[in-house]
This record gives sequence, structure tokens and C-alpha cells, in this order.
Amino acid sequence: MSILTTSTKLPDFASMDPGPFRRMLRVLGKDRLALFGVILIILVLVAAALGQWIAPYPEEGFGVTNVPNRNLAPSFEHLLGTDQLGRDILSRILVGARPAMTVALGVVALAAVIGIPLGAIAGYRGGWIDNLLMRVTEIFQAFPPLLLAMIMVALLGPSLQNAGIALAISWWPWYSRLVRAEVRTLRERSYVEAARSIGVSAWIIVPRHILRNSLTPVLVQATVDIGTVVLAAGSLAFIGLGAQPPEPDWGLMIAEGRGVIFTHWWISTFPGLAIFVTVLGFNLLGDSIRDILDPRQVKR
Amino acid sequence: MWRFIASRIGSALLVLLVLTLVVFIFTRVIPSDPAVVYAGPKATPDMLERIRSELGFDRPLPIQYFDYLKGLVTGDWGNSLSTRRPVLMEFATRLPATLELLFAAIAFGLVAGVILGVLAVRRPGKLLDGCIRFLAIGGISMPAFWLGLLLQVLFVGGLGTLPATGQFSKEVDYVAPIDSVTGFALFDAFITGNWVAWSDGLAHLILPMLTLAAYPMGLIARMTRASMLEVQSQDYIFTANAYGLRDRLIKWRLALKNAIPPTLTVTGLSAAYALTGTFFVEVVFNWPGIGQFAANAMLAVDYPSILAITILGAAAYLVANLIVDILQARIDPRIREAQGAGS
Repeated sequence: MSILTTSTKLPDFASMDPGPFRRMLRVLGKDRLALFGVILIILVLVAAALGQWIAPYPEEGFGVTNVPNRNLAPSFEHLLGTDQLGRDILSRILVGARPAMTVALGVVALAAVIGIPLGAIAGYRGGWIDNLLMRVTEIFQAFPPLLLAMIMVALLGPSLQNAGIALAISWWPWYSRLVRAEVRTLRERSYVEAARSIGVSAWIIVPRHILRNSLTPVLVQATVDIGTVVLAAGSLAFIGLGAQPPEPDWGLMIAEGRGVIFTHWWISTFPGLAIFVTVLGFNLLGDSIRDILDPRQVKR
Repeated sequence: MWRFIASRIGSALLVLLVLTLVVFIFTRVIPSDPAVVYAGPKATPDMLERIRSELGFDRPLPIQYFDYLKGLVTGDWGNSLSTRRPVLMEFATRLPATLELLFAAIAFGLVAGVILGVLAVRRPGKLLDGCIRFLAIGGISMPAFWLGLLLQVLFVGGLGTLPATGQFSKEVDYVAPIDSVTGFALFDAFITGNWVAWSDGLAHLILPMLTLAAYPMGLIARMTRASMLEVQSQDYIFTANAYGLRDRLIKWRLALKNAIPPTLTVTGLSAAYALTGTFFVEVVFNWPGIGQFAANAMLAVDYPSILAITILGAAAYLVANLIVDILQARIDPRIREAQGAGS
């Protein structure tokens, strides 16, 4: 608690900032739930990196069927059981971690790459560019992003790639808004004005002096969003608007086991647990970082 | 206040116009030929030609779009490509079931979320707070469709206490048919005193309601906790404590009243999001609402229905936000004044 109480006395965080990494470590030392979240994230990342090598039946993970072994309950041979085509569920979950994380990171990166420059330009320049961008983002934000993505995938044709594109298109306005708001406050700071007065070009001021200082809230948002995108992509796949069989997609696996949920509960349950664990990890971490960044919540 | 509402509706209509235009262009450009979708895979070339001229696909896009807008206003939203019935009718017959589910879930989420949020600030940073935080973030992180399946396994397969799918048991139609008064089946059963149907409907409602409520509950609990913490550090709470008012009175009456506006904002937001949630929950629980219809329409590239879903999504967002604004103005006179002057 001590770091939290000292920081309330010093409203200017930047002056005592020990650097984002050190600050993160301090938080994790204090906040056991956030630490738990980080452990979950590391587990998922390890599965994404090494899944196909640590999976007990890697070829089944990629979709090779083994029908004689179908619908086996969890046992020592198949720790999480097998699905209706006899594929080992643990292997499919491990192999599926990579596409899930690739899509999540890709969507967030794409949304940030589109959203951050637009938000920075709008916030720094103001005027009609700002107006135009704000109207455009308002249209996007008058709508639940997942619904927008669903409509786009329905029209583009269902696939994991289209689901990713649709999610990125629905997501970037949030980054634009966030960056714009940050840039608008930083633009008026005296150090920026000083840079401007000695004739530093906007191309240097914006990335080096403004964006760098406004990245923290963007990073928090991105952390939470990685989890949210995993959930969204899984949801799309569940109703058939995402990854298609035989891809080892978690949402798709839940849908595949839905019809036999009362007799073979493990087919849907464990892939869902994988989604839940991933999203929970990122949300726990993001929530904890937000707590420290938001001075209103610091007073405990 | 009325001027404020009017300006909100006005700007929402503008947004809606752009949205329908974008989706309309998408529907006409992306699936290369909507007539093929309509006619199905076995259509002959002249059948396609006939359908094209019948549905007006051979005319220029701007004219098609204006015809569509005219239809929207006059109540002709086109026919669903999958059921061949008017889209507006499909939605009108299904909307009450969805609204009942949505309303029950939001009400449950709001009550449970506020209670959890207030309990969490009793001793911030301690065990109870941590447990509530885990529960709330867990609710936010839970895939709704998966939670639905788990609840089905637990309560239907395991305990055998609750029905798994549908809005009513089949027997209700024979034993105690519901007289339609408002179209909201559960509500109608209640006001006509049809207790057999009512209790059966309630039993069917519990699981989908809990499933849909998990996300709003988590969000509301987090928001309530945050704003309660802020309010509790203010002077009037300090004074109330100094006067020796009972803790329960201070928390649930004095502090909560000022902590509730941000909570309401989040509630409105999550209500609009829950509309998307019904897509999944209704599929899992075979609930006869628009969510299930919408999910199928999207798979079938049923574009008149997809356009209608677009409009409905934006409308839900608007209505949810309007209700929040009105409620906030009722609670907080400062907001009331700002709305009267600012719009």
C-alpha cells in the first residue's frame, strides 16, 4: 500500500516515475490478483509459442481425425478427453493457442496502427481534420463493436482472417479517441510550446514529445483489448462467423461439442476454459494497472 | 430536457443514415450478386434475371438505396431471404422475448453489481474486496455462451432442477395457454393470473438471465466500487460519520446516491452490449428472440435482416443512452441544469 499512498501526495506521476517496468514489478509484488493474471498470461503465451511441440498428439491438434477414439472421457492417455472425431482436446487447445494469440495481437496492433496516428493528427492539428475524424469515430461508437464486426464478417464471408479484419476495423476508433484526448492536453504543455517556438517540426514534436508521453493509457487499453479480442474472435467462431472446421479454434471447439454437452461435457468445457483463462489473465492485469494510473482509485 | 432529447435523437438519426448507407453498399457490392443468394444454388439464369428485376437489383444503386429508405419509413423493410416473410414482422414477433430476457438480465446485473460494489468498499484491499474483484472481473471475462453451457450442465444435467432450453414448456400451450395482451409472454401470464404458465416461464428464464447478467454485473460492480471510493472520501460523508450516523445509512443512502450516476452510465452501455450478448445466449438456450434469428440471418447472408439488425443495434444504443441521461437528470439536479442549458 505504501507506494499508493505516497503517490497521492505527488500528483505529478512523471516526476517520480521509476520507469514502467519497475513500476509494474512493484505492483505485482503488492497485488496478488494481478500476479495471478500475469501467470495466466505467461501460460497462454507459452502455449502459443510451443503448443505444437508440447501437445501430446500434435497432428490431431491440427485436425487429423482418429474416429475409433471418439468421445473418450478425460483419462491419463487423453488428459482432457477426445472430441467427436477422436481428436485429443488438450492437443487442440495447445495448438489453437497460437492462432488465437496471433489474431488477438494482430487485431490490437492493426487497430493501434490505424488509430494512433489518426488520433494524434486530429488532436494536434484540430480544425476540420479533427471534426471529420470525430464524426467518423462517433459513427463507429454508436454501435457495439462486436455487432459491427459480426455484420462485416457476415458480408465478407466467414473465416478467421475476415473476423480479424472486421474486429480491427471496429476497434481502431477507440484508440483514436484515447490518443486524441491525450494529445490535446499535452499539446498545451510548456515544453511542447518551447519546442514549437524554436522551430521544431511537428513531425518531430508529435512522435517524440507528445506520443511518447501519452502511450501509457494506450498500453493499458491494449492489454485489456488483447483479452477482449480473444473473447470476440471466439464468440464469432462459436456462431459460425469465424474460424471454420477443422481449424483448432477455441470458440469453434465449444460449438462442436454443444450438441452433446449433456453426455460428453468435456468437449465444450475445456476449450471454453482456455478462452476464460486468457481473457481473465489480461483483464486482471489491465484492471490492476488502471488502478495505479487512475489517481481517483488510489485512495484505498 | 426535451430539447436535449430531441437533439440526441437527431444526431442518432444522422449516424443511422450513414450506417445504413455503408451496410447497404456492402450488401450490394460484397456478395457479388444478392439474387444468387436469394434464389439459392439451383437457380437457372432466367430465374436469376426475373428475381433481379423483381427485387429491383437491376436499377442503379442510389435509386435502390432511396427505395430502401422510403420502405424503412413506410414500414416495408423487405422480406427475409431465409424465411421469406417480412423482416419487420419477424422482428416484431421476436422482440418481446428478447426484451424480457434483456430486462431481467440488466435488472439482475444492476442489483447484484451495486450490492457487490458497495460491499467491496467496506474494507478496501482486504479479503472480501479481493473476492468481489475476482468475481467481477471473472464475470467480465466469461464467454457468455460457455457460461450458458456450464449452467446447463450443472442445473439441468447435474441437479435436474431447471429446464434447459426454450421460453416455456410445450405443455403450457395445452394446460394453460397464455392470453396475449401486450405480447410480452411472461408479463401477460402475470397480469392474466396464469400462474402455471408464469412459474414455468420464470423457471425457463433463470439460466439465460444469469448467463446474460454476468458481464453487466461485473462491470457495474467495478464501477460502483470505484465511485463509492471516491464519494466516501468527501467531506459530507466525513461529517455524517462525525455526527455518528449509522454506517448502513451513510453507505446505502448518502454515499450511494452520489455514486450512482457513473454506475448508470455503465449500465446503459452494458445494456446496449447485452443486445449482442443475446445472440449467443439465445442460441445456447434456444430462446425464441431476435438474437437467435439475427445469428441465423448473418450465417445465411440474409441482407434485409442484416440491415434491420444494424438499425436495431444503433437504436438500442440510443435508447439505452437516453434512458440513462433521463435517469441521471432525475437523480442529479446539476446534470438536469447542464442538459437544459447546454444542448
